[in-house]
Amino acid sequence: MRFVDEFRDADQARALAAKIAALCEPGRQYKLMEVCGGHTHTIYKHGLEDYLPESITLVHGPGCPVCVIPMGRVDDAMHLAARPDVIMTSFGDMMRVPGSSGSFFDAKAAGTDIRMVYSPLDSLKIARQNPDRQVVFMAIGFETTAPSTAMTMLRAAAEGLTNFSVFCNHVTIVPAIKAILDSPDLRLDGFIGPGHVSTVIGCRPYEFIARDYAKPVVVAGFEPLDILQSIYMLMLQLADGRAEIENQYSRVVPWNGNTVALRAIGETMELRPYFEWRGLGFISHSALRVRDKYAAMDAERLFSVPGVRVADPKACQCGEVLKGVLKPWECKVFGTACTPETPIGTCMVSPEGACAAYYNFGRVERHRVAEAVPAGSAGSAGNS
Amino acid sequence: MCLGIPGEVVELHPEQPDLAKVNVSGVKRLINIGLLADDPPKPGEWVLIHVGFALSKIDEAEAAAAMAFLEGIGQAYEDEIKALQESLIE
Repeated sequence: MRFVDEFRDADQARALAAKIAALCEPGRQYKLMEVCGGHTHTIYKHGLEDYLPESITLVHGPGCPVCVIPMGRVDDAMHLAARPDVIMTSFGDMMRVPGSSGSFFDAKAAGTDIRMVYSPLDSLKIARQNPDRQVVFMAIGFETTAPSTAMTMLRAAAEGLTNFSVFCNHVTIVPAIKAILDSPDLRLDGFIGPGHVSTVIGCRPYEFIARDYAKPVVVAGFEPLDILQSIYMLMLQLADGRAEIENQYSRVVPWNGNTVALRAIGETMELRPYFEWRGLGFISHSALRVRDKYAAMDAERLFSVPGVRVADPKACQCGEVLKGVLKPWECKVFGTACTPETPIGTCMVSPEGACAAYYNFGRVERHRVAEAVPAGSAGSAGNS
Repeated sequence: MCLGIPGEVVELHPEQPDLAKVNVSGVKRLINIGLLADDPPKPGEWVLIHVGFALSKIDEAEAAAAMAFLEGIGQAYEDEIKALQESLIE
């Protein structure tokens, strides 16, 4: 065993690892998916896979907000940003995501008015300061960030601001999990559930995973011990033949979520019939759009966007990585043509992306262990 | 972006009840606490902050653990704190 980065509770981690190993049935292989990119980051940073027996594989899921934004939406955003009357505002994570003609950073360097913000409320302030320009917020993220966009829209409405709008790319985690469960590419034994998303949606939305698919889910915190503890809880369920939703992160995640946040999302946004996810294809009812009542704040209605579907670069295997079919180092361009400085795919852009996390922590020399399908044969999950 | 950053509530905004000043690693900034309207935090209490909004209340021990974890992850945390410092929320 190799410990990449000793952390303060390494002894406890070893004790948990021993308990996990004791639960493994001889000859059985276990595949557990950590849905959230924050968990992926912790796993790589601390080399948690090295604490686990070889029969347990951690599969990295789609829970990285910028990773799942398809090329076509980046191009649409660039189209909006290029309008002289528009100031585009975006989280820093989104700035390097490549579209078919470069990223926000590239466009900004070429003179387009794109500004990096920490919060949608910062976009609101820019709108107040620039009454003669339309300030568009590039809204991305799962249910962790959707409430912030919703609350900002409500605030803008209350103030009567008429020059603030949202280019809404919010996605919802449950349909993506369902698409992965329905995908023939991968057989999973259980899920390490996302922590912060669950702060908003609670644990109930995962109940179908236990009920309909007989897979256990443990909602987990972000520290190394949280993740090992959650793996132990999953392995206990598997050993007992149980499939339940458990909450390891109950010190932060309420079972019913944050009702104020859910109300704010419900007031301002509604489900789209379908949305394209990078690598996963079109998934029904998997993303949010602005409700009619707030049409005046919907950048897609205020301005026309091309809305063209753009295929990912051929060399990029982010789709397989996002579905957990390939490990980052199994991608043909990982660490060579595709690096955090010059990313080809989104998984190399965000610190929550599996490829960037893996690259940054120097864990590039690994042998293929996942049961990967040949490159190019994936991309069918959840197509509808 | 998805990092939850712990902050201690320093004071509530005198005129806007959904805003509060928080202290994050010595950086004091205004954040929105509207998502905790059902149980608003008081000065001295800790919250987990996402993109300028407090998403949940946490206790001091959880805040300390979360901060130790964040400081350990390096660049991504430094970028988030830098972004928070440059934030214009009002």
